[in-house]
Order: sequence, then structure tokens, then C-alpha cells
Amino acid sequence: MGIRERLSGNEAAATAMKQINPDVVAAFPITPSTEIPQYFSTFVDNGMVDTEFVAVESEHSAMSACIGAEAAGARAMTATSANGLSFMWEMIYIASSMRLPIVMSLVNRAVSGPLNIHNDHSDAMGVRDAGWIMLFSETNQEAYDNLLMAHRIAENEKVLLPLMVCQDGFITSHSIENIELLEDEKVKEFVGEYHPKHYLLNKKEPIAMGPMDLQSFLFEHKYQQAEAMCNAKQVILDVAKDFEKMTGRKYGLFEEYKLEDAEIAIVCMNSTAGTTKEVVDSLREKGVKAGLLKIRVFRPFPAEEIAKALSHVKAVAVLDKADSLNGVGGALFTDVTSGMQVNGVTVPTSSYVYGIGGRDTTTKEIESVFKDLMEDSKKAKIENPYRYLGLRKE
Amino acid sequence: MTYIDKNTPASEMTIGGNIYDAGNAREFKTGDWRSVKPVYIPEKCIQCGLCFPVCPEDAIPVGKDQKRADFNYDYCKGCGVCAKVCPFGAITMHVEGEK
Repeated sequence: MGIRERLSGNEAAATAMKQINPDVVAAFPITPSTEIPQYFSTFVDNGMVDTEFVAVESEHSAMSACIGAEAAGARAMTATSANGLSFMWEMIYIASSMRLPIVMSLVNRAVSGPLNIHNDHSDAMGVRDAGWIMLFSETNQEAYDNLLMAHRIAENEKVLLPLMVCQDGFITSHSIENIELLEDEKVKEFVGEYHPKHYLLNKKEPIAMGPMDLQSFLFEHKYQQAEAMCNAKQVILDVAKDFEKMTGRKYGLFEEYKLEDAEIAIVCMNSTAGTTKEVVDSLREKGVKAGLLKIRVFRPFPAEEIAKALSHVKAVAVLDKADSLNGVGGALFTDVTSGMQVNGVTVPTSSYVYGIGGRDTTTKEIESVFKDLMEDSKKAKIENPYRYLGLRKE
Repeated sequence: MTYIDKNTPASEMTIGGNIYDAGNAREFKTGDWRSVKPVYIPEKCIQCGLCFPVCPEDAIPVGKDQKRADFNYDYCKGCGVCAKVCPFGAITMHVEGEK
């Protein structure tokens, strides 16, 4: 019944990669994800995996090598953060449009500038429209579990899209937590072998990939990507069901924490959900009906399901660890609110931009959000829905 | 190979524009990209063999007798590299449509 361990988030991700034993890993070190390729290269050197480790000269090359490997018919993985992801930008879109199910471990960090190496979600939010499936992880355990489920989702014939598993830089990547690992054989059986239908190194079927795609064709190919993204939702749930059978650990599109009878609720992603749970518990003790909706699947965005889950609350705060700088609010906020609007759910909702550049967000700040929500829940319309949490003023 | 054109619905197209067939570049006639046109002057040509290896489109046909023939204008993009390497003035470039 599992192996009890204590690992950092980066160790958990590297361990998952070791057990998955992909054909190719191409990565370039960048804080705070450096340890993932570092640990993994040790596994390669010690002969614990059969992987071809490509020590590339940049992140652009890391993603290019993954694309080449995956197109050739191999299973390829990588890890990066912040500006490393920015440097991959061009290839990120090529990976998804070529329909290559590459799996990436993204350890979230602020994208410069000014230069900052600490956690926020600006790197992930920058690629939210790039056609990658995006899973977020509250804990080291979730980062590990999401990676184990990743290939089954990405490689599904109805999906065939790349996938990134996000976790918070330093907050989980460098914190050691208790974790339950699976036995190597169980992972091997669960993940399965990769046998793509079409691949470049197939001598019996010479093919061309990534050709010129002008006015008559690109539109239809983008629609196919959109269709695959829609299909991914059910596949993610199916894979989670199998994973639960094996581990007992249940995963959905999002987690509802004491949300069922909640009057006020916070929506957030990654480690801040842990802090919010703490606050929800203490408020519940005082008789305040607080709840949390923690996003796990950000792409595809479960708009309809989220709207339904929030339909009964009186006020919602959406916490974004990155600002869209659009004059309206964070990316998660705009997704949640448009999802509610389209599905006919009207709840006073506000955007809180928080924790930028690794600014600590404690229970005190989260408590203040719930306090605001108690006020907001009495109003029909919120006056100032675009808010900053924990900002120094005056 | 599955034939697709501008009337093919999305559901019948391959993902990512993949082409499950080899040697299909032949079907893509690049000759209509041309704005300048090379003209072959056989009287000046001594069949030295310098022009056809530099053609990026393989648009200079060479027979079994190792001699070149006139340009294949279905594929010639008019880049002019052949005219540049010809030491004998046997290839001249002309604006397309002009005599």
C-alpha cells in the first residue's frame, strides 16, 4: 500500500519522471526547477532509467529536442520555470499544434522583470492560450500524482496535446513534505508503453510533419486542437478514476473544500489552497460558512462545472498569483466570471491579485479576503472588484 | 495519400497537417512564386555541369547523357543562382512576363 517517503516538490517530480522512465528528457536548468533535471541526470548516470538525457544549451532547444523526439515516436519530458518557459515560447505553440503529447514539469516562478526568482503564476498564465493541458498542484503529493496521470491524458487518441504540471516554486518545490509513492512496477503498468499511431521513424510509413499550413487549412487545424482540448476534460476524469482505484486518492477537475453549504468562497490554485483550507477551518469553528474551490485543471477550463459549484454562494473572491495587466483583473478571475455569466450564474465576484514575486500570503491575508466577502455578500453590486491583496499602500 | 483541398471539412483532415505519404513536395508547384525567369541559351552552353547542382528546386533536368535540358518552369522559383554560377553567359535572367 504505497511507499511512505518525505520529499521536496522537485524530488517528487524527478521521482515521478524516474518511475515513468521516458525515452528522452531534454532540459536546461533554471531556478527553482533546476533540481528536477539535476536529480534526473543522476538517475541516468546511475543507470536507474533508460532515458536519453539531452543536456541542451537553452530552453528553446530543450523544447525543440522534445518536439523532435516526440515526433520521432519517443516519449519526451522536460522541466522549466519562468524565463525558461518564456524562452521556449515559440516551440510551446509548435509542440501543441503538431499534436505532440510532451509532458512538462513547470515550477512556477515570476517572469522578469525586474529580476525575481520567486513564486507567482505569471509564467503559466503567459502560456494559458498555447494549447497545452495545464494541471495545478497544491502539494508535493499532487505534483507527483499529476505527473503519473499526465501521459495517459496527453497521449489519449482523442486528445494528443502536450501537458504541463504546475507547482509553486520554492513553496512546494523546495519544501519537504510527507508523500506516498507508488511502487515502480505499478507506475510502469499504470502509465503503459507509448505506441503512437504515426511517427517519423516508422520505416513502413514515411510521413511529413509540421508542413506549411496556409489560409485553406490552418483554421481547421486550430479547430481540431480546440476539439481535442474539449475532449481532454472527460479523459482527465477517466484517468483520475483509474488512479483512484489504484491509490485511493481522488482527483477531479477541481477540489471543493467545504463548498457545499458555503456562503462565501475563495477560488485559487496551487499551494495557496492549503493556506485557504486552514482559514476555512478556523472560520467554520466560528460559525462562518466559508469554502474553497481549488482549481486542478486550468486548461481545459471547467467553466460550466465551476459555475455550477459556485451557484449557491453569496460572494466569491478569485485569487490570481499573476496580474493580466488588462485593467480588469487576473486571468483566473476573468475565466471564472465569464464561465459564470455564460452559464447564468450571478454572484458578486471580485479579483484579488496576490503573492506577486513570491510575496508571502499568510492566513492573515486570506482571512481579510473572507472578511471582505462577508461585506460583499450583503451587496447587490461590488464597487471595486479589482483588488490587490497584501500590497503596501501609503 | 488522402487528398485534401480547400473544400475538405475539418473532420476529414489529418491532425497538425501531417502528411502520411512520402515524396509529396513534387505535388507543390512552386513555379508561380517566380518574378524573374532564367532563360537557357543552348548555343553558349558547353555542358560544364556547374548549374544543376546549385538549383534548390531541382528544376534543371539532366538526361542520362549527363547533359542538361531546358528549365522545368513548374518548379523554378527564379532565384537566379544558376545564372550567377554560369561562367559562359548561357543563362540570363528576365523579369517575368517581359520579352
